[in-house]
Amino acid sequence: MTDTPLLKVRDISKFYGARIGCQNVSFDLWPGEVLAIVGESGSGKTTLLNCLATRLMPTSGAVEYRMRDGEMRELSRMSEAERRFLMRTDWGFVHQNPADGLRMAVSAGANVGERLMAVGDRHYGKIRETAGDWLRRVEISTDRIDDQPRAFSGGMRQRLQIARNLVTAPRLIFMDEPTGGLDVSVQARLLDLLRGLVQDLGLSAIIVTHDLAVARLLSHRMMVMKDGLVIEQGLTDRVLDDPREAYTQLLVSSILQV
Amino acid sequence: MSTADMSSAELATYNFAYLDEQTKRMIRRAILKAIAIPGYQVPFASREMPMPYGWGTGGVQVTAAILGPQDVLKVIDQGADDTTNAVSIRAFFQKVANVAVTTKTREATIIQTRHRIPEEKLTEGQTLVYQVPIPEPLRFLEPRETETRKMHALEEYGLMHVKLYEDIARNGHIATTYAYPVKVEGRYVMDPSPTPKFDNPKMHMSEALQLFGAGREKRIYAVPPYTEVVSLDFEDHPFEIQSFDKPCALCGAENVYLDEVVLDDKGGRMFVCSDTDHCEDRCAHGHRGHLAYNKEAAE
Amino acid sequence: MATPLVVSEVAKSFTMHLRDGIRLPVMSNVSFSVKAGECVVLGGPSGIGKSSLLKMVYGNYAVDSGQILIEHGGRLLDLAVADPRTILSVRRATLGYVSQFLRTVPRVAAVDVVAEPLTARGVDAAEARETAEAMLARLNLPRELWQLPPATFSGGEQQRVNIARGFITDHRILLLDEPTASLDAKNRAVVVGMIEEKKAAGVALLGIFHDEDVREKVADRIVDVSAFSPRKSAA
Repeated sequence: MTDTPLLKVRDISKFYGARIGCQNVSFDLWPGEVLAIVGESGSGKTTLLNCLATRLMPTSGAVEYRMRDGEMRELSRMSEAERRFLMRTDWGFVHQNPADGLRMAVSAGANVGERLMAVGDRHYGKIRETAGDWLRRVEISTDRIDDQPRAFSGGMRQRLQIARNLVTAPRLIFMDEPTGGLDVSVQARLLDLLRGLVQDLGLSAIIVTHDLAVARLLSHRMMVMKDGLVIEQGLTDRVLDDPREAYTQLLVSSILQV
Repeated sequence: MSTADMSSAELATYNFAYLDEQTKRMIRRAILKAIAIPGYQVPFASREMPMPYGWGTGGVQVTAAILGPQDVLKVIDQGADDTTNAVSIRAFFQKVANVAVTTKTREATIIQTRHRIPEEKLTEGQTLVYQVPIPEPLRFLEPRETETRKMHALEEYGLMHVKLYEDIARNGHIATTYAYPVKVEGRYVMDPSPTPKFDNPKMHMSEALQLFGAGREKRIYAVPPYTEVVSLDFEDHPFEIQSFDKPCALCGAENVYLDEVVLDDKGGRMFVCSDTDHCEDRCAHGHRGHLAYNKEAAE
Repeated sequence: MATPLVVSEVAKSFTMHLRDGIRLPVMSNVSFSVKAGECVVLGGPSGIGKSSLLKMVYGNYAVDSGQILIEHGGRLLDLAVADPRTILSVRRATLGYVSQFLRTVPRVAAVDVVAEPLTARGVDAAEARETAEAMLARLNLPRELWQLPPATFSGGEQQRVNIARGFITDHRILLLDEPTASLDAKNRAVVVGMIEEKKAAGVALLGIFHDEDVREKVADRIVDVSAFSPRKSAA
């Protein structure tokens, strides 16, 4: 771990008119750290994620990111070209619904290869080879490389979406309910895969989830949101095993035990 | 009233070249902007024309805006001067502008074309006007116009190679044979209209001005003379034009674009120049293909 | 002799918001220390808060006040107020923990569960696996189980995976929460041997052992947790 945060978030607020999306959120994210944002629907966790990932413009506050050259840059002051470049090289965004993050009418290989071509790779053979490697890493058989994601199961699509995001070796991944809508067994496989990738690649990640088991398995640290505010945050196992706030205690006690 | 009086009375109801002067001025402004930013699609207020969309309304408006009384107009459709589309547009301008027309490439000052570039090298002072159905090369991969505009603005063209990648993945080679995307002057990716990729190299450093009009889509774009036009490709799958096994059956020309013509219902076929003017010109100069002799004998 | 772990005047309570916000004091004025090469055993009746105390030292439970001083990377730091990132780095390098139950990760093979603390510290994967296999062999876990995820293992088998995982590193401080609870005599002896080795290597051990036999063999000192418990004063 280096001694500067990768992402510095200061007093981020987002209002939809008079309604609060999220309010006064501040934290640092360090290289290699996985942060889970938990809370029920409407708690503002997705709004916060979108503000951080520059998919939404926050009403106030600042998000700074440490670029590959080490310079801290405030995201809102970057040009759109720079932001979009950042998003397809140094960042990833994994949507809950894979169809939002994939090109459904384009083959799996091209889905993975797109970012490479976007940064100027012009050798078909090499692009295809890299795409094949990534399909293997996300446990998709390489003989599916020319199939469209339309022909894939939900779990495969989600894994393809992850491969598509990771191919440029990003340093930060945003994930919005990455296991939502998947069968439990498929979820487990995906979680394990994510866990391994995050560890092997030293990725930083911000994961929005309502599933505390996902937070427990993947994250180092977590934030609990309610009504747009972060009401509790800290080490993941401490928040889950020794919750302080009433709402967190309610959340933790609401988990079904198998 | 004599027939001549009738037609002059009718002509009086049209402004020169059909469009009113304000409209022509608006289109000329769009054309100037397009020339200033090679490959960039300039929006313009496309007018209703007395022909259906898909029949070259964009090209016709561009031609109408640049046409002067001294111009000599040639109109081709897939290389031919004598097909319906070419004949009607030529007749249209004869009627509304009373300009000289020709089928000879070298005599024309303006050539309006649907889907071909003449085989004969164009020269300085000539203008080639393309009829364009869909001006947006990114359309089929990214349907959102707001997004494709942004992609052009930020020069995000990775998607274009995704299309070529898919081609190779499916067919083992780049199977796109027409409307093959090009990069203009190292900046904008452009759809050269549905011309065969065979014609792409002719666009590069062309001495003639090339204008593109899309009527339904309300876009004009341009390639000024002596502009770099590079077909997109991969290092290991370089751009290649079509090649033909045999020369033209009528004039014996090689290294030209050929059309397949079915001769009978027993599988008989021949390959002839798609550019009819080029073919006739060669025949007039004594060039003969293997079927040309029979044709003459029959006559 | 160095003292890598000092617990000083620590107090802890739980506020149960779901039960009208009642406040349950767990313990107060907890003070003790563990020296290098020493095994301190937490004593007292069950339910007195021994496991809770271990979790506080591990950073798993927050404390209300007091200090938990740990020697980490040549510096002394207070785990009671450390930020999550610091606690994680302490756990990775200095502070090990063998819990009572294995929290299994889906689909990860037993041998990789054991090797993980090493790979997390940057040890080469093949080397870490080799060490992990040696640990599992020593704890008599049948070889055919090594490549399987431990979710379906018996309690004793899971416990041995857990022990192997906890003992594989050279952490200076090791917390043990009933590591021998579901083991047979043969494997208990193996664990006792492993604890002896850790002591010899200068590791500070803090543990809970219900098994009197094991406790007598490994304990250098017993800290009576009931001395810190509010129930004692209530009784």
